[in-house]
Amino acid sequence: MTERPTTDDVVVDLRGVSKVFEGRGQKAARVEALSGIDLSVRRGEFISLIGPSGCGKSTLLRIVGDLIGVSDGTVMVNGKLAREARLAREYGMVFQAPVLFDWRTVQRNVELPLEIIGRPKEEREARAREMLALVELGDFAGHHPWQLSGGMQQRAAIARALALDPAILLMDEPFGALDEMTRERMNLELLRIWERTATTVIFVTHSIPEAVFLSTRVVVMSARPGRITKIVPVDLPHHRDVETREMERYFELVTEVRESLRGSEGEAVDLRRVAAEGLSA
Amino acid sequence: MSARRRLRPALGFLLIVALILVAWEVAKLLAGDPWRYEDILGGPAFYWDPPLRWKPVNDLNLPHLWTIFGAFWELDAKGETYVSSLVGAAWFTMRESLLGFFMGAGIGLGLAIVLIHVKVLERGLVPLLVASQTVPIIAIAPVVVVGLRAGWFGVAIVATYLTFFPVTIAAIRGMRAADPRAFELMRSYAAGRRTVLRKLRLPASPPYLFTAFKIAATASVVGAIVGEFPAGIRDGLGGALLQAMQYYSFSPQDLWAAIAACAGVGIIAFLLVVAAERLALRNYRQIEDQAT
Repeated sequence: MTERPTTDDVVVDLRGVSKVFEGRGQKAARVEALSGIDLSVRRGEFISLIGPSGCGKSTLLRIVGDLIGVSDGTVMVNGKLAREARLAREYGMVFQAPVLFDWRTVQRNVELPLEIIGRPKEEREARAREMLALVELGDFAGHHPWQLSGGMQQRAAIARALALDPAILLMDEPFGALDEMTRERMNLELLRIWERTATTVIFVTHSIPEAVFLSTRVVVMSARPGRITKIVPVDLPHHRDVETREMERYFELVTEVRESLRGSEGEAVDLRRVAAEGLSA
Repeated sequence: MSARRRLRPALGFLLIVALILVAWEVAKLLAGDPWRYEDILGGPAFYWDPPLRWKPVNDLNLPHLWTIFGAFWELDAKGETYVSSLVGAAWFTMRESLLGFFMGAGIGLGLAIVLIHVKVLERGLVPLLVASQTVPIIAIAPVVVVGLRAGWFGVAIVATYLTFFPVTIAAIRGMRAADPRAFELMRSYAAGRRTVLRKLRLPASPPYLFTAFKIAATASVVGAIVGEFPAGIRDGLGGALLQAMQYYSFSPQDLWAAIAACAGVGIIAFLLVVAAERLALRNYRQIEDQAT
């Protein structure tokens, strides 16, 4: 982050963000989930957040989406405060589970956000059909979610998230529950959708290859408190396909991310040793 | 679901009923009053003295099934068979309980919607609602029916009283049952409380509601029957029960016939809810095997 991009090009701007969960009751501990987070995301970027469990990557995603508030710092999205951006419906959310509504057909699930903002019926239907075609679920519009496979359900969830043409797509380990084969196929599909819609994506994952394969930049985080330890720019060609996974540069980048992750853990180990020495002294 | 799988629960039910009826007569064969039958349908005379004597299964406490069945065809003073007057009474009671059920379901759901949005009320009111259900219905019925002088509508109110509570509890549960992420999703769309209620909470609750409706349907029948006692209404099953009780010592089969009619109405009410559930939940994932 040597050069600050021009403001109208920045979709997400985090400055000095920290989050402390105050424990309730006497036994519950105060948890410092995030500390001193600075991050700017430019329009059209694909950013992955990666780190050990408990590093606050999901918390950070939820802070960007104004699902939870910050303890300190500012979160600007599209030049607005996160809350204003949420009220302006700038977000598309995809969770680890598809969170589709059982009682609605796939088509009506994708229409949900359009219903909420009160779009007329014809427009809703056309838009939902368009989104379902994009994720290649056109033939399953009339099915109920529980009649589809896990991968198809997650594609429907992506179609729903894109229905409002959001400024930013927030994805919280969206493929974490899928098997490896489905996951790789979904990665390719997501990239195709990202190329076609030119959406900005923030993507939480704990898979290093997935992060490198998908992203323009990989944000490596460490735990307790959650901090950004390194940002790895991914200089792979913009258009990626199956062969990208076999490129030498791809392996180098995977190694680089893996090492920076290990580094962040190593620090924690060192701290523990220092603490132990402090006690024995 | 295939026709065969649909029929299986019904067959199981009939089998259990048949077993109970057989056990009934076997008990009488072992320990009832002596059986004395002269030429049944022109056949030989039948006499049987059971080896044991056990009061609960004598002819006064547990009449023979055919005696009860025969009671249905006895003629009253107006020349009407008992079964047709029971059917009339059942229809009368059914209307009271239907009205009670729908009022109870409506009030129960409305109450749940209020409680779920106002935490203070939920904390304060739910214990009171629980307490309200521990008061015996027999004590409440005269207050409502006689106090309000409301006639058969008062009876429906008693049925409502028994109906709303399970619906409230189930609706509160159902409206909170959705995945927490579904609420996050709605929040990310900046959906207001009303939208969340309409698009998420209410449509997520039917699987829970129908469990309560099954309890409420039978409870509303009980409420309607009990409500008729203090109301002095003689047109319903409550009235039929009261009348049969008066003649129990010399005609116990009448009371048993009236009890059978009450059970029949309860079963019909239950089955109506099951049918409605099948229809309403066809778009929902079938998680558990429905208790039908």
